Amino acid sequence: MPFHNLQELRHSASLATKVFIQRDYSDGTICKFLTKFPAELDSRIERSLFEETVKTLNCYYAEAEKIGSQSYLEGCLACATAYIIFLCMETRYEKILKKISMYIQEQNEKIYAPRGLLLTDPIERGMRVIEISIFEDSGSTSSSSTGSSPSSATAQ
Amino acid sequence: MSAVMITRKVTRKWEKLPGKNTFCCDGRVMMARQKGVFYLTLFLIVGTCSLFFAFECPYLAVHLSPAIPVFAVLLFVFVVAMLLRTSFSDPGVLPRALPEEANFIEMEIEAANGNVMAGQRPPPRIKNVQINNQIVKLKYCYTCKIFRPPRASHCSICDNCVDRFDHHCPWVGNCVGKRNYRYFYLFTLSLSLLTIYIFAFNIVHVVLREYRNIFEHVVSLTPHCTVLEVLVCFFTLWSVVGLTGFHTYLISLNQTTNEDIKGSWSGKNRVQNPYSHKNFIKNCCEVLCGPTYPSVLDRRGVMLEDSTRPTPSDASAASTYKSTNPVSQTTKSSAPLIPNEHTPEEAKPSIGAGTQKSTSSPKEEKPPSPTSPNAVAPAVIKESAH
Repeated sequence: MPFHNLQELRHSASLATKVFIQRDYSDGTICKFLTKFPAELDSRIERSLFEETVKTLNCYYAEAEKIGSQSYLEGCLACATAYIIFLCMETRYEKILKKISMYIQEQNEKIYAPRGLLLTDPIERGMRVIEISIFEDSGSTSSSSTGSSPSSATAQ
Repeated sequence: MSAVMITRKVTRKWEKLPGKNTFCCDGRVMMARQKGVFYLTLFLIVGTCSLFFAFECPYLAVHLSPAIPVFAVLLFVFVVAMLLRTSFSDPGVLPRALPEEANFIEMEIEAANGNVMAGQRPPPRIKNVQINNQIVKLKYCYTCKIFRPPRASHCSICDNCVDRFDHHCPWVGNCVGKRNYRYFYLFTLSLSLLTIYIFAFNIVHVVLREYRNIFEHVVSLTPHCTVLEVLVCFFTLWSVVGLTGFHTYLISLNQTTNEDIKGSWSGKNRVQNPYSHKNFIKNCCEVLCGPTYPSVLDRRGVMLEDSTRPTPSDASAASTYKSTNPVSQTTKSSAPLIPNEHTPEEAKPSIGAGTQKSTSSPKEEKPPSPTSPNAVAPAVIKESAH
């Protein structure tokens, strides 16, 4: 039976395999993931949707790690208070991580779970990989044509 | 369905973390195992400053200015805050790979290496990446079962891979890495200033007292504590100021102590530092004013024990789940990765043997263990394949 939502995926599906999207170090040590489409997902999801997800995640991380006026200000203010302010204030990076977590949750609900896939937030894997769990497609093989909402790809 | 209430305390993830760290305050504080030298550092700083506040400050406040002890207090508070931040925070530890990820990487390695003849040594596990038009080699860590990100290194004292590893500092009782390097630098800088400050005002105090005594024909002996403070400050000055200077040099070049010691970017035949912006100001800004990276360890997360799942014989970290993680792994997933039609033929039979291979390989090759410039660290084992 095709998966319609995240709840079904969690409770009744059995895991087939996992794919790990590796880090892209071409721009240095900043957090960025490769947009290369893994072969295992070929039959499960459209290439464009996958690339869109990874590119959006890369944008979020780039914004978090950007060295600009905001990071200078935060750094100087924190230094002036001997970093005690960090005990009560959330850093910019942490705020963006929350946004990323919500984005991944939304992507899972709208795009990945209906296709029998599940994204894991990279922070739970040490920011090393994006883990994509592939669940067994016990129903039809063309699950991508049923129960999917194609217009939600651009949702932000 | 009846709910069985088990009254046992909640297990947090820090209790199951592999590695040789000690944790305090229910996972809020993270340090190395050997803390003796850290207590010495704290004792020296607090002790010397206490003597200064008790004996010199009253005299100087009255005869010179009350601003002197006020500034000393502010500086002292800053030094201790930086020391505690460096010692207690996560330096940027990379968590070990869970079994599925480790197997996936093993499969990729097997596929890349192709057929290895029986009895022949397999090639070293290295990945080449291009960073800013330079080729950088990423090494595989047999303990953590990951390809180390660039600039990461495995600390043998803490038994963890640390991102942007600088060195393991026994004086702060922790590794110095990406997350706490700026606190470490500010600690050495502010400690240098504090030492110079106390040293200078001790001299001023002695001079003033002796001058007054000569004027009033009073015999006095310079108090013992002043002598003690001057001695401590003198020896501290040479080491701490030197260390601050060394780290200022490293920051201006955007290098780590580890890279400097190994000579990663020096010499004509070597790769030039791909991380440096070739601009002193830009390098300093990146290291000191960059974003504050979060810890990826989630030490205080609550562990959910899955009662249907048998305890894996592999890393204990395999049983950690964040409470919001939707995937509940069944017994099936603890078995080796199921090959699909895209798995290369050579990798298929070796998947089952993959877990055995990865556990036996640490006997063949030792993970690299970096040194610390602060001499107390144990002997260094230089890696042979470099």
